[in-house]
Amino acid sequence: MTETATGSANSRVVIVGGGHNGLVCAAYLARAGRKVLVLEAADQVGGAAVTREFAPGFRVSSGAHLLHVLDPVVARDLGLASHGLSFARSGLDTVALADGEPLVLNGAEVRSGTVSAADRATLAEYVARQRRYAAVLARQHGRIPAPWSLAKFAFDIRRLGRADMRELLRVGTMPLYDLLEDRFESAQLKGALALDGVLGAKLGPRSGQTFFTSLQRAGAYALPRGGMGTVTGALAVAARAAGAEIRVSSPVAKLAVAGDRMAGVVLASGEEIAADIVVSNADPKTTFLELLGAQHLDAEFARRVLHFRTLGCAAKLHLALDGVPEFRGVPAARLGERLIVAPDLGYVEAAFNPAKYHEFSPAPVLEITIPSVHDAGLAPAGKHVLSAVVQYAPYDLAEGWDTGRARFLAATLDALARFAPTLRRQILNAELLTPVDLEREFRITGGHWHHGELALDQFMMLRPVPGAAQYATPVGGLFLCGAGAHPGGGVMGSAGRNAARAVLTGSRA
Amino acid sequence: MTIPREHYLQAVFPTPFHPRTSAANTLNAWHRWRDYTVADAYFDVALEYTALRNACTVFDLSPMTKHLVTGPDALAFMNRLVTRDVAKLKPGRVGYTVWCDDAGQVVDDGTIFHLRDHVYRLCSQERQLDWLLGSALGFDVSITEETHDVAALALQGPTSCAVLKRLGLAGIETLAPFGIRGYAFEGGDLTVSRTGFTGDLGYELWIDPELAVPLWDRLFDVGRVVGVKPMGTFALEMSRIEAGFIQAGVDFLPADRAIRADRTRSPFELDLEWLVDFKKGPFTGRRALLEEKARGSRYRLVKLDVEGNKPAKDAFIYDRRRRNIGVVTSSMWSPAAKSNIALASVQMPYGTPGDELWAEIYYQKELKWSRFMARCTVVEGAFYNPPRRRVQPAADC
Ligand SMILES: Cc1cc2nc3c(=O)[nH]c(=O)nc-3n(C[C@H](O)[C@H](O)[C@H](O)COP(=O)(O)OP(=O)(O)OC[C@H]3O[C@@H](n4cnc5c(N)ncnc54)[C@H](O)[C@@H]3O)c2cc1C
Repeated sequence: MTETATGSANSRVVIVGGGHNGLVCAAYLARAGRKVLVLEAADQVGGAAVTREFAPGFRVSSGAHLLHVLDPVVARDLGLASHGLSFARSGLDTVALADGEPLVLNGAEVRSGTVSAADRATLAEYVARQRRYAAVLARQHGRIPAPWSLAKFAFDIRRLGRADMRELLRVGTMPLYDLLEDRFESAQLKGALALDGVLGAKLGPRSGQTFFTSLQRAGAYALPRGGMGTVTGALAVAARAAGAEIRVSSPVAKLAVAGDRMAGVVLASGEEIAADIVVSNADPKTTFLELLGAQHLDAEFARRVLHFRTLGCAAKLHLALDGVPEFRGVPAARLGERLIVAPDLGYVEAAFNPAKYHEFSPAPVLEITIPSVHDAGLAPAGKHVLSAVVQYAPYDLAEGWDTGRARFLAATLDALARFAPTLRRQILNAELLTPVDLEREFRITGGHWHHGELALDQFMMLRPVPGAAQYATPVGGLFLCGAGAHPGGGVMGSAGRNAARAVLTGSRA
Repeated sequence: MTIPREHYLQAVFPTPFHPRTSAANTLNAWHRWRDYTVADAYFDVALEYTALRNACTVFDLSPMTKHLVTGPDALAFMNRLVTRDVAKLKPGRVGYTVWCDDAGQVVDDGTIFHLRDHVYRLCSQERQLDWLLGSALGFDVSITEETHDVAALALQGPTSCAVLKRLGLAGIETLAPFGIRGYAFEGGDLTVSRTGFTGDLGYELWIDPELAVPLWDRLFDVGRVVGVKPMGTFALEMSRIEAGFIQAGVDFLPADRAIRADRTRSPFELDLEWLVDFKKGPFTGRRALLEEKARGSRYRLVKLDVEGNKPAKDAFIYDRRRRNIGVVTSSMWSPAAKSNIALASVQMPYGTPGDELWAEIYYQKELKWSRFMARCTVVEGAFYNPPRRRVQPAADC
């Protein structure tokens, strides 16, 4: 079938979901003259990139909390700065907490801590190389995967030069553990670098591919003023300015199909909205198996969607603090940096192990921000908010999260107490969002950071599954634009932008 | 399940009819059909075939893979599975069909028995439970394999209806082709369908394995005067080629077993376009088949009348310029059609009636091999298609 999926220029495009990718897609399509309607289920746009009050007077980025992969082309094209995006702080240091002196890193530079000269030199080389590789990867992010994409990818790799190419081929699918053990001496440094390969993933440092996943974290960390909601708020302003209409509190219950083409959507309220083109920001399982229905799909395709790995493993901790917290060895001036609990490789791997058996980490790894240090508006005067990604919290916890939640919270607070012994006394309010809670709050199947594990077997033309990897899907007029599509999650905007291009060019899977 | 859990002690089983089939098998000739052993032949392949076309025969069908699909979404499930419109199949009717993978390549063929509302039996050549369960996502259905729970016989041939009348199946002659009817039999249920794999008048009898032996005995008791004989797989194979029926693993490779992309066939490429209904709504392979329809197929299944009397076994097919354009998949000298027949898969656009095609035939006489090129004529319809197969009411004496 060669029917094009572009629809006519004045036909309506409905975007299901106003996460950052849905908003990016809406803005680009509206700028191209399309009539766009965004339908968001939640009472505010932003998806997993939002700011919300979790305790009276305390606001936090309740999903993503650090901006570090936003596609600069998207930011520039959509004029996010002029639509309200500003930063409380950029270029955060990473402070690797320790029983003794913390290690402070910023990219290739060791700002403080006990690290040998050899390690420092290796780090500079390691980070420079990671950045070159990440740049190659970033180039793929902006492309709609196609049969020739691998060739382009290969060409980009070749252009790195012989040495870099050889090294990439050698380490491309390697566990980060082996790589770090090979190169570095400092246990603390290795622990800190290991975190880059496992955050958001159901992987430990000894898992294959963690070198690959670590490349997603080569960017600089920033805290948007007002939390992540400011980023998506600015995207919404940009989309509206371009002419898109956005409706919140409008969950879509069904996609309407007529003769193997999109006919529109049906809201949970029963309202029917006609559209030739529907772009889904919801995750692939929600989109295909719930909103569309497997019966509209070929059996093998539906099964592939079912087998898309979506079990989230990251939880989110929010603390309302009665005062400035103290972390061992961290001067007040560094409290607002990115603090991590990943003291050594063994600790991180040991934290992961229980997840394989449906248990949470008794001693979890953490990525902590205290954004109120730079952004006073987030907490009442003199008080602070702490936001942390906590791993590992397998979605499919054997005991279930109803009882597991409180026990995991206790384990997490214990892990924190090791580095911040007085913190517990300052807690006014604690909220722990397990993957099951994240699934409910953000409507992401499995509560997965990337809407589905980001791994080489779910990457590029394999993401989310063959047959839907070019944003177009087997059903005419239905497109994907969320993190489940190439190039995956993180507040990046590339999936939304690529999807808009796919809609405009009418490319089909 | 009648299969004991000690499957590692015995992997292949006697069928429920084995006490009788083994007694009848004067040749002691057996082969394996999935989980069971069945007879190649009982006394003489040619005579068994002759009995089929001139009187009637009983064939032990029990190893045929059978699935039961039930539940509120049974119809929706079946319709998404197969290429035909199952909604048109009324309760009490049987339909032949194929099903495809996403790429529109045939996974298997088989028959759907619409036993009653929301209850379908799917008989297939291959085991399909995995495929069926894999297709069930999003449907409220229950799917079980019931191969071992249902014993079956094919009673085929011109006097088959007469045998069933003598068995006391009142009104059986009014059962239309592809119809299903239930009868009481020795305290149990006997399901009779006017179906078969021989292209002749015939019936398939479905019964509880406990009643298998009594059914066999009664059929031979009452059938003796009209010449009922047991028939093995070899004679069945002859009859199905004459009928022009294809067989999985012989005339096409089930798509889920293929490793190489060009080894599989679509329904169009198996001359089964009549089974594909694009209007009924979504089914697995629909999009690919629509594309194939627009783009054109790669192959065509043809029926060939081959010059001479040497079966064109596994013969390559050539065009007039001696370019290899296909291969024979099934072949035989047909006693009923009195011609040398073959099924072949040829590249498009070859194989239209009137095409000049040649088969390269190897044959042996007293261990000496020879080869010759035989001219082939493309024929349409079954090679052997007696009116009695369709006549209503069926001849009952
Ligand atoms: C705990 C956690 C921490 C993270 N930390 C970071 C971080 O620090 N930095 C970073 O860059 N990334 C981080 N991420 C990843 C990032 O948040 C996501 O990858 C990203 O937000 C995905 O964006 P999206 O627009 O593709 O999808 P989403 O943000 O999931 O948006 C999808 C939207 O669709 C809506 N929707 C779904 N179904 C329907 C329906 N039926 N009808 C209407 N609307 C519907 C949802 O409500 C949602 O608003 C984190 C993720 C998690 C879970």
